[in-house]
Amino acid sequence: MSSSNGYYVPHETKWPFLNTVALIVLFIGLANYMNGYTSGMSIMFTGLALVLIITYGWFSEVVRESESGTYNAQVDISFRWGMVWFIFSEVMFFAAFFGALYYARELSLPWLGGAGSKVSTNIVLWPQFENVWPSNGPTNAGGDFTLMKASGIPAINTLILLTSGLTVTWAHHGLKEQNRNKLIYGLALTVLLGFIFVGFQAYEYMHAYSDLNLKMTSGIYGSTFYMLTGFHGFHVTLGAIMLTVILFRCTKGHFSGDNHFGFEAVAWYWHFVDVVWLGLFVFVYWL
Amino acid sequence: MTTMHALVMIFGAVMPAFVGLANWQLPIMIGAPDMALPRLNNWSFWILPFAFTMMLSTLFMESGGPAAGWTLYPPLSLQGGDSMPFVILSIHLLGLSSILGAINVIATILNMRAPGMTLMKMPIFVWTWLITAFLLIASMPVLAGAITMLLTDRFFGTTFFTASGGGDPVLFQHIFWFFGHPEVYILILPAFGIVSTIIPAFSRKKLFGYDSMVYATASIALLSFIVWAHHMFTVGMPLAGELFFMFTTMLIAVPTGVKVFNWVATMWKGSMTFETPMLFALAFIVLFTVGGFSGLMLAMVPADFQYHDTYFVVAHFHYVLVPGAVFAIIAAVYYWLPKWTGKMYNEGLGKLHFWLTTIFVNLTFFPMHFVGLAGMPRRIPDYAVQFADFNAIASVGAFGFGLSQLLFVYILFNTLKQKVTAEDKCWDGAEGLEWTLSSPPPYHSFDKAPKID
Repeated sequence: MSSSNGYYVPHETKWPFLNTVALIVLFIGLANYMNGYTSGMSIMFTGLALVLIITYGWFSEVVRESESGTYNAQVDISFRWGMVWFIFSEVMFFAAFFGALYYARELSLPWLGGAGSKVSTNIVLWPQFENVWPSNGPTNAGGDFTLMKASGIPAINTLILLTSGLTVTWAHHGLKEQNRNKLIYGLALTVLLGFIFVGFQAYEYMHAYSDLNLKMTSGIYGSTFYMLTGFHGFHVTLGAIMLTVILFRCTKGHFSGDNHFGFEAVAWYWHFVDVVWLGLFVFVYWL
Repeated sequence: MTTMHALVMIFGAVMPAFVGLANWQLPIMIGAPDMALPRLNNWSFWILPFAFTMMLSTLFMESGGPAAGWTLYPPLSLQGGDSMPFVILSIHLLGLSSILGAINVIATILNMRAPGMTLMKMPIFVWTWLITAFLLIASMPVLAGAITMLLTDRFFGTTFFTASGGGDPVLFQHIFWFFGHPEVYILILPAFGIVSTIIPAFSRKKLFGYDSMVYATASIALLSFIVWAHHMFTVGMPLAGELFFMFTTMLIAVPTGVKVFNWVATMWKGSMTFETPMLFALAFIVLFTVGGFSGLMLAMVPADFQYHDTYFVVAHFHYVLVPGAVFAIIAAVYYWLPKWTGKMYNEGLGKLHFWLTTIFVNLTFFPMHFVGLAGMPRRIPDYAVQFADFNAIASVGAFGFGLSQLLFVYILFNTLKQKVTAEDKCWDGAEGLEWTLSSPPPYHSFDKAPKID
């Protein structure tokens, strides 16, 4: 429904309601699974499938509306603000885990090692504990492990993500110049690099588990390592899927030089996961 | 049950009430037809009942509901029964709902204002919501991170909050309160906006110091990110930390004082009348200030060592949240009810409701100051006999307070049945675009952008 003077109000739709139902099925399944009920897994995957189907339906409708020129310039700005603040919320989510990493390295581990005013904890509980990073804590949680080195796969992955940031910008220029080939090749390259990154990350995890004995349960190092890189990897996967969708839309001839919010939103998101990776590379792998 | 009480009142009552007010009021206050992203809004709304059903369902579980306090401190929260993942995942959903709602509020305010309405011409309620939305987007994801770590600690063997693995239970408190302190301002800033709207209307004067009000709100919001550890003075922090958080906390009294001063100055020499919304707003100023002062007492580290985890703290935050946030919501309902329904509520009953509520609220929470100072601990079901009398008084007050709200419900229904329609501008001192619309406003209120000069 669009009113005559340019204000745009979308028509009613059931997608938000349906998506909520799907989400709640997913979460109830997950909670049951965590509590150790075998039914949890199947409920969870039913929920996940529903979420995926509904998200597909919801986005398809929005894409159709967008392509039929329903949205005006004001709606475009609303979408942009929405995406900007959504990315900001994601930044704050990662900030919580980075905060945990800094706290462990700068405060809790030195204290456990007997530094500062907390010396009695060390004397009474774990007098033998010395604080050396990486650490799995005073009880050697998860057993001895080897540190994940920054050189090797993480360095290559840094290069891959940085390059993909360039290729997506290159594609963006192609879109603005109405150069479809440049757009599609640039985007396809970005998607490829994104999935290579995810593949390397998966390989790194297998290597860590089988060769380095570095696990989720390897104390605070394992906790921060897997939660930070894991959530990042999940976001890269999502980003790569979003880029793939945009790639398909581009091959179908969607977007124009001056109207391509969908493309830009995904590109912003991609730069965001790129920047988070730089933080990870420096603070988790390198220092 | 105290855990559930807190979670329900925070995430299920005060926050949705404020977001609801935002959704209703923002478009008609800034001259827009609707919020900027209505579908996002719809999604944010539907999550609430489902997430709450999920959370409340834990009360019927064999192991009972969550019992680690709404703050969910480990190690206690890691030892709960089957309810734990349900509560945590439902908080994830509520957080998602809040973030979506906040994104929508910001997009609406930044993008949907009527032509000519510059930021510094916005109604003050809109300003407070803009800042609240920022706080929501910045703090809710941090909570999501913290409770995700709780889940992985319990179910997947991480040791964020376990000292033997190199983590620290206190780490959770830091992350939680980094969210928690902005959260309490999320619960109060919109209330400031409401009171700053109602006081000028019934004093028939412009709000005193509009600019300073905006700056005060913004500085409260920014300060809220660097005061979190005042919730955990007794946990054993380094001295430098205690001092830093004590001084930053006391600093908050400055912008808050500016606000109270401005409200009083607005009334100064105004032609005041005392309809129900005004009464609630006035009680807000007085009683919120009581809560603010006890907050200042708690801010002092040496004093806090005595007050920490006593009923004094319970008295403090109930004074800022009940006669603070809840009174503001009630005031807003009385103030805008004629606009929403097109009918005027019964003024006599409204005043009765006000007096009953105000008397009982003080009867409930004021004695808690005394028992708290005398050393009655919170979150412990049993207490020493010498506290029995004051507790009995508080119980009478609580029942009275609860029952008086039934009168409120009656007033709301009674309003709908009134025959007389309310005028478009039913308060003669009221200002703002919403009063230029008919009562009730048309569907998608402004189909043409009003001009602001």
